[in-house]
Amino acid sequence: MISNPGKISSIIESFGAAGGSLISMLQEIQAEYHYLPRDALVLIAERTGLPLSQVFSTATFYNAFSLTPRGKHLISVCLGTACHVRGGPKITDKIGRELNVEAGATTDDLQFTLETVRCVGCCALAPVVRIDEDTHGHVTQKKVPAILKKYARGDKQDEDTKPQES
Amino acid sequence: MRIQSLKNLEGMKKKGLRSLYPDETKVMVGMATCGLATGAKEVFEALKKEAEKRKQKILVTKTGCIGFCSREPLVDVVQKERPRITYGEVDAKKVPGLLDDLSEGKVSKEWVVGKMTEDECLAEGSKRRYFEGEEPEETREIPSYDELSFYKKQKKIATRNCGFIDPESIEEYIARGGYFSLHKVLTDMEPEQVIGDIKKSGLRGRGGAGFPTGLKWEISRKSRSGTKYIVCNADEGDPGAYMDRSILEGDPHTVLEGMIIGAYAIGASEGYIYCRTEYPLAIEELSIAIKKAREYGLLGKNIMGSGMDFDIKISEGAGAFVCGEETALMASIEGKTGEPRMRPPFPSESGLWGKPTNINNVETWANVPVIIGRGGDWYSKIGTKESKGTKVFSIVGKINNTGLVEVPMGITLKELVEDVGGGIPNNREFKAVQTGGPSGGCIPKSLLQLPVDYEELAKAGSIMGSGGLIVMDDETCMVDVAKYFIGFLEDESCGKCLSCREGTERMREILEDITEGRGKEGDIELLESLAAVVKDVSLCGLGSTAPNPVLSTIQYFRDEYEAHIKEKRCPARVCRALVQYRIDPEACTGCRACLTVCPEGAITGERKKAHVLDRKKCIKCGACVEVCKPDAIIVE
Repeated sequence: MISNPGKISSIIESFGAAGGSLISMLQEIQAEYHYLPRDALVLIAERTGLPLSQVFSTATFYNAFSLTPRGKHLISVCLGTACHVRGGPKITDKIGRELNVEAGATTDDLQFTLETVRCVGCCALAPVVRIDEDTHGHVTQKKVPAILKKYARGDKQDEDTKPQES
Repeated sequence: MRIQSLKNLEGMKKKGLRSLYPDETKVMVGMATCGLATGAKEVFEALKKEAEKRKQKILVTKTGCIGFCSREPLVDVVQKERPRITYGEVDAKKVPGLLDDLSEGKVSKEWVVGKMTEDECLAEGSKRRYFEGEEPEETREIPSYDELSFYKKQKKIATRNCGFIDPESIEEYIARGGYFSLHKVLTDMEPEQVIGDIKKSGLRGRGGAGFPTGLKWEISRKSRSGTKYIVCNADEGDPGAYMDRSILEGDPHTVLEGMIIGAYAIGASEGYIYCRTEYPLAIEELSIAIKKAREYGLLGKNIMGSGMDFDIKISEGAGAFVCGEETALMASIEGKTGEPRMRPPFPSESGLWGKPTNINNVETWANVPVIIGRGGDWYSKIGTKESKGTKVFSIVGKINNTGLVEVPMGITLKELVEDVGGGIPNNREFKAVQTGGPSGGCIPKSLLQLPVDYEELAKAGSIMGSGGLIVMDDETCMVDVAKYFIGFLEDESCGKCLSCREGTERMREILEDITEGRGKEGDIELLESLAAVVKDVSLCGLGSTAPNPVLSTIQYFRDEYEAHIKEKRCPARVCRALVQYRIDPEACTGCRACLTVCPEGAITGERKKAHVLDRKKCIKCGACVEVCKPDAIIVE
């Protein structure tokens, strides 16, 4: 169940009934809940008159949407070509081992979701890891624990986006 | 204020020039995504705080990415009667020293990247010197920007303002000749003349396929419809390419101006910028630019008092590579799943909501204001016979000077890699350069003399694509690279065509077998015949080019495939299943660095004595290699 169906209703209503806004609507709901609750998709179909199948097909087609709850912090390991040749897959494995989670999954305490993404466009700083809004460049396996620690502590105010000195 | 006349525009230009070249000392921090990732924000804040504490009068502003990403964070200093100085790898700790220097008129030479004595406003064809008369003594020994190997061969047209202006300041854009081309078009030129000039310039679509831009506009102009759309493709999904992001973050107004000029030429009243969601800063800068352009009467009703109406909306992508394909992109703007459809009808006849739609990529639009400002003839003199102008490349991977470079078409790959890119780091050997992203191919060392243009790259089995150049050294496995691209495309295939959906999956399985030691005779031939089917039968560009990385690696690096299949050996020592780790007892100094990072406890040994690695426990994660200073860990 969604904790606040009123919020979803108001997001849907703010768009009017145009089908062209479906993706933006889903984006706003995802921004609010970090995933797309099933009830929200049903509500969108009811309010906009779009077939539920179309709402689901759009929600599952795009990588940015998730139908399962995600963690407080979203870790996106870039696997663009530059990151791939400079060791991105090994960084993914290292983070996975540190957090005991597979790529695509969320930690049991709902703190982190580990994802791999296709190029965040910071290829010169490969390999790159993006955590929430922060981009970390030139990541090495050795730097991973220190980077993760900051988010686990929850004191993001002190967060510096600079890579740690090795 | 609304800009209605040339006088208004000139007034804005004066204001912009005052902020570009102020009387007081100005410090600019490169704050595009790449700068931010290396700590530019901290530098920016430290500069403000420290200057305030010292009551030192300096102006701290932000700018976009000047392209020298390997030296980020970059800070530029503009002072009266001095050349402009660029400092590289600046961190917050260096800020007090930098401010000391500024107040004492000194220059910390060890941080300096280069100096500029003059600044070219390309759109209007003028130059402005940073100082008059003699150069101050302290700066004379600093290398000039145009002498640096990274910049020497560059010519910046599409990226002319990136790293020079504050992307949020419309005045600074105007100060460098911005919106004068739009004014010229609206007051002096018929739509047909605009199209004629673009045709004359020889500009071809910078999204990758290289279709002549003027011709595309002409077809759109001739389509009869009350409503026509202009679209900017800012989906830049090619891994390894980020020039569109840099332009949007560093100079959003050039894209808007290009689009408004295009709208006038074609007769469109609405425009969309389809920008990928992975670029939040680009979306933010675009939104600010659109808002400012509306405020000044450059977008919306009655643009510059000419009677033309045109407005632009941003449509945010949601993470699907195939949406860079124009018909899929339009489906996505309409709120549907991004599946491509058959062409014809082409978008210029029936596009968004069935109306004629003209789609061009970010870099293409960014060229338009300069072509109009300087004339199609001027532009057509740059480049090669068939490929005119410049192209922005991102040089990344195993290369010293990683970054964004804009060079005239026709430059050789060798010049790009060795001169501009500064060669391969760590004394490794150059192996190949991958161009064109997943639709492109790998070009081997023997073809390094190849001049870069649309035709030459195609002849070598690759494509221009969006301009990502990924440099690979001898520690890159070409079978692994092919597997990487096919895996990427398998993930990103929309699934509409069976050949693409199943074909990429099967090819990935075969490549996986080869890299994991299960390859068998006949696999290469099987890959080749699968490739032919996927290429011929798939509907859109994603599928029809999907086999390119596989085919080009087989063409040029067949021996590497054979080593994997016949000898179960990975010559580049990348494929995990085919390599073993061991410690060279001669080289090992017993520093325990590897021992502490090994996640499996596979390494044992005492301090100052050679360590031993237990192969049964080793998961080949490479953490030990990363920390081993004497290079004692051998992968074989």
